[in-house]
Amino acid sequence: MKLKDTIISLKDIAVSYDGEQVLKNFNLDIRDGEFVTLLGPSGCGKTTVLRTIGGFVTPDAGEVFFNGKNITNLPPYKREVNTIFQKYALFPHLNVYDNIAFGMRLKKKSEREVKETVHKMLAMVNLSGYSHRGVGQLSGGQQQRVAIARALANEPKILLLDEPLGALDLKLRKDMQVELKKIQQQTGITFIFVTHDQEEALSMSDTVVVMDGGVIQQIGTPTDIYNEPKNAFVADFIGESNILDGVMLEDYRVRFAGHEFACLDKGFGTRTPVDVVIRPEDIDVVEAASTHIIGEVTAVTFKGVHYEIIVDVAGFKWMIQSTDCRQVGDKIGLSLTPDDIHVMAKSEYSGTFGDYSTFSDEMEEDISASEEASEEGGEDDEI
Amino acid sequence: MKSKSRLLSAPYTLWTVLFIVIPMLLVVWFAFTDKSGNFTLENILSVGQYSNVFLRSIWLGAVATAVSLLLGYPLAYIIAKMNGKRQGVMVMLVMLPMWMNFLLRTYAWMSLLEDNGLINALFVNLGLPRLHMINTAGAVVLGMVYNYIPYMILPLYSILTKIDPSVIEAAQDLGASDRKVFLKVIVPMSMPGVISGITMVFVPAVSTFIISKMLGGGANLLIGDLIDMQFLGSAYNPNLGSAISLVLMVIILICMGIMDQFDDGESTGGGVML
Repeated sequence: MKLKDTIISLKDIAVSYDGEQVLKNFNLDIRDGEFVTLLGPSGCGKTTVLRTIGGFVTPDAGEVFFNGKNITNLPPYKREVNTIFQKYALFPHLNVYDNIAFGMRLKKKSEREVKETVHKMLAMVNLSGYSHRGVGQLSGGQQQRVAIARALANEPKILLLDEPLGALDLKLRKDMQVELKKIQQQTGITFIFVTHDQEEALSMSDTVVVMDGGVIQQIGTPTDIYNEPKNAFVADFIGESNILDGVMLEDYRVRFAGHEFACLDKGFGTRTPVDVVIRPEDIDVVEAASTHIIGEVTAVTFKGVHYEIIVDVAGFKWMIQSTDCRQVGDKIGLSLTPDDIHVMAKSEYSGTFGDYSTFSDEMEEDISASEEASEEGGEDDEI
Repeated sequence: MKSKSRLLSAPYTLWTVLFIVIPMLLVVWFAFTDKSGNFTLENILSVGQYSNVFLRSIWLGAVATAVSLLLGYPLAYIIAKMNGKRQGVMVMLVMLPMWMNFLLRTYAWMSLLEDNGLINALFVNLGLPRLHMINTAGAVVLGMVYNYIPYMILPLYSILTKIDPSVIEAAQDLGASDRKVFLKVIVPMSMPGVISGITMVFVPAVSTFIISKMLGGGANLLIGDLIDMQFLGSAYNPNLGSAISLVLMVIILICMGIMDQFDDGESTGGGVML
């Protein structure tokens, strides 16, 4: 993608709610025309970033720049930014047509122009013929489309999307992901998308911003984020990871799990403690005799595309994704090539994640988190 | 299931029939009969001579309703915007006068407004001329507003608190200034509350008799007083009283029907009286 100018720039933003610091010294630049996703667990401050850009939160300190102009104290209605709200926030007293026309009428556009744009927008979101429906009669997916049409009819420079797909069921959500991406490419508008769903973030974005505790953990393309996570938090939050304690012996040589391995990482110095990430799908299952890492299968779960196998290697539980089925109790060998090994510097998150021995606890956490999410926004299938 | 729910509703049905349906039919019966029980249209036709009383009642009721709306809307809006705890206190303060007897409240106004009342005593002490307030149409409207304004504020307050703040943010987001948000979103969304508020103030205001009797004097006779006179007063004539009641009911139904046309046909709990 061609690099364009920065459209939004957040400088040293600090925000607190009721004395609780949500963002501190927060800096972020977003380029024009990008699809940027703010990804993180609930409470990480991603929605606050979005609301700061939208003008609904005035930061305690710091500045917001739009095309180089300071807009920190500009009220929302004067910003060339529109928002898709989590629960769509359609006007219940207006029909579909009047909802979409709302912004244009405020700008005193002629009714002819309004009509033309409304029909163009309805066609774009596949709702032609719905103009005169009341918004209460629409399904969640349709309301979502009306919200998109209403925001885009205003011709914003930036579209902010606050977990817009959270309340939709899985299939509809997948369709909307594709549709949103298509709309973004057609219109060329900068999309800033907030989600806690890592798969959504990876499949839609040009750039992913991973956040935790009000701090950016990593910014990069989806492939960068997945393949080269910067710390244990990112590695754990994006996809499944085996995170092991290791020592970087020298460039391209790392020691972990009791053995020395060749790797592709360098620049950590010599004999430096590091975290080593190995993705479950990168591990090859081989005969026990032919490799260094040997363990016993403790659990096997069928996942459709693959089996999820938990292997106990000297007390550390590895997760492996394999298309070959293994039985619980089998002794198997794990084989790694240098390409499979990713080395990260130690961080505050080291030791927090990694082993799959507490897998069931983690599952429980996931389930309660998804229940929480569905309480907020209707049905919610956590992946 | 069905028979069970019918059983449960039986006491209510019985109550409704005994104390609402039958009395209504009695009113109709009395309105169309004379003293000896023969059918007659005379009662209904003679209501016409009281058209000035009807007009005065509707006019004063409408003025009181309008004043209640103008005073009540901003207050309801301010309360709805307060944080939870203060909201509760404010709602209680709005309701507080209703805990006291209606007659007592109106008596209190009498002694305030009298020519030798508290307000005029204050004026005299300040060296101002006395102001004649009691027994005027203004005093009647004041009494109506004072007594019925809680019925305006409460439905408005309850509908205003229910407006989703994200809808207001959406309007700001789409370019609406605070004034536009109010006019284009808050006012239209609160219409069902406005309509039930108007209904709940207008209906009792039009048919009141105590307020006009105590604050209005003889010159501000209202329909309520007229009906009162037919049943309990000097002019004892229940047949005419029933006819006046019937006509009043029809007028109120027509007024409410017209009001409901403003409700966009959306059934969001407006027009409760129908």
